[in-house]
Amino acid sequence: MSALTFSLKQELIQKLDVSPITPDKLSDKNIGEISATPLWYGKQQLRADNFFLISGLDTQNIVFDNCSAKVDYIGNGMKTGRIIVNGNAGAFLAFQLQKGEVTLNGNAADFAACAMAGGLLLVNGNVGDYLGGALVGDRKGMRGGTVIVKGNAGERTGDQMRRGLILIEGNVGSYCGSRMLAGTIGVLGDVDEYIGYGMKRGTLLLTKTPKLHATIQDCGTHTLPFLSLMFKSFRNLPSKFSKINQNRVQRFAGDVGNDGKGEILVLQ
Amino acid sequence: MIINGVQIDDTFAEAFNMRGTRVIITAQNHKWAYNAANAMTGFATSVIGCGVEAGIERELTPDETPDGRPGVAVLMFAMGSSVLMKQLENRMGQTILTCPTAAAFSGIEGNERINLGKNLRFFGDGFQISKQFDGKRYWRVPVMDGEFITEETTGMVRAVGGGNFLVLASSQPQALAACEAAIEAMKKIPNVIMPFPGGVVRSGSKVGSKYKALFASTNDAFCPTLKGLTKTQLSPDVESVMEIVIDGLTEADIRKATFVGIEAACKIGSANGIKRISAGNYGGKLGPFHFHLHDIMNDKTLGGEKA
Repeated sequence: MSALTFSLKQELIQKLDVSPITPDKLSDKNIGEISATPLWYGKQQLRADNFFLISGLDTQNIVFDNCSAKVDYIGNGMKTGRIIVNGNAGAFLAFQLQKGEVTLNGNAADFAACAMAGGLLLVNGNVGDYLGGALVGDRKGMRGGTVIVKGNAGERTGDQMRRGLILIEGNVGSYCGSRMLAGTIGVLGDVDEYIGYGMKRGTLLLTKTPKLHATIQDCGTHTLPFLSLMFKSFRNLPSKFSKINQNRVQRFAGDVGNDGKGEILVLQ
Repeated sequence: MIINGVQIDDTFAEAFNMRGTRVIITAQNHKWAYNAANAMTGFATSVIGCGVEAGIERELTPDETPDGRPGVAVLMFAMGSSVLMKQLENRMGQTILTCPTAAAFSGIEGNERINLGKNLRFFGDGFQISKQFDGKRYWRVPVMDGEFITEETTGMVRAVGGGNFLVLASSQPQALAACEAAIEAMKKIPNVIMPFPGGVVRSGSKVGSKYKALFASTNDAFCPTLKGLTKTQLSPDVESVMEIVIDGLTEADIRKATFVGIEAACKIGSANGIKRISAGNYGGKLGPFHFHLHDIMNDKTLGGEKA
């Protein structure tokens, strides 16, 4: 069975909310019902086939082709199956993702993996600000699952993150791990200033010592045995992080302005 | 039934339901993994006085352990789940937390989970850190040698305890030699431990005593020095009796260990003073598991490649 494919027909002017298009929400629908799925486009609701050429049958494998940054909420609250996005994605990619896999072959806008609870988000490109953050007004961000970004991430990555894993192979902007509650963020590239600002708990894993603000404290260089467990859990991930095999790190703790139980580990 | 001149009694060992768990202890090297595991399984020969029966199941290579360090697997058995939990927590706290470089991980799945390091984390006084990898929660407790790592819980399963057999020999050294050979072979069997010192027990007991305060007392029918005084089970040529007690995760594991142990003891043979193999039971009324020696020794499936 070929993947259920939504190919964007024209350039969008307004933002398009595709949150009803997930494997679990479409699983018991026929092609007619799928074509008639109402989608919010700006302030009006229109049928899905106004925007997409729809083909294929396998609702457990959904593909967005020719996708653009105007397409928001891809994989919203998804509980099963797989979505592949070819092109760019808009805001709130994998919003509240619970299970399954979302793969983006392109760049994502802000709030990717917002309030994500489980599953895997793989971005073969860059993401905007607030990756793995909380919905505005909420006090907890991402609370489970794995996010892998092959490119760069914007500012406030992992803001208020509660649990889960974010791995970024490129660079990240300022305020990475700000107000973080727990979880793990790894960055292979450079990080901008104010990393771990207001961080309460959690682990930030870096390869280079960043510019640190005054309330992050140096705890010395150590060989930490838990890192072998962590790197072992990375082994099967489609990421450069799966190759890391050393557990000698410099440990910075902070932010002592907010409890100070978080840590920034810099691989030596 | 006679194997290599050794008479196998037509009797059975009687065993009981127990609760069991497996813990994987790792450390910088095997020396320190054994230091931790030996302490953890010390004074754990019998549930009567120790709460649990515990022993080292086997050595683990670095690629068999969760953290990639050398380790050993420890099995622990108790009569009930609450005793097992309490003993595990006490022993973890006093022997694994304290042992340099040692870490502890769950070694068994099971519907029921019991605390491994869940409460030990409070030793961290607020500096403890929780990490979840592949759905399992681990605790990092800062200690003076670095960090103590432990999984939060381990599995608890229904198990079988009290499988046994007796080795009757012409002399004490000969009985011990046969038992040593048996233990050497039985140590290779997975899922079982022989909890007594060196795997062997010399003070087999009977139910009851002339003293009101005691529930159990020496098994006089098998005491060689009382041959003329009691209703003895021993023939004139038997001068020493030793017992091997087996706890295992399943009935099949104990059958296998019993077979291998008796086979090894019999290999030494009557020519070297091994006269009889018997087993301990309480008339079959107390324990739900009966291990009939003839049945086990005739079971060709237990012999492995040799059968």
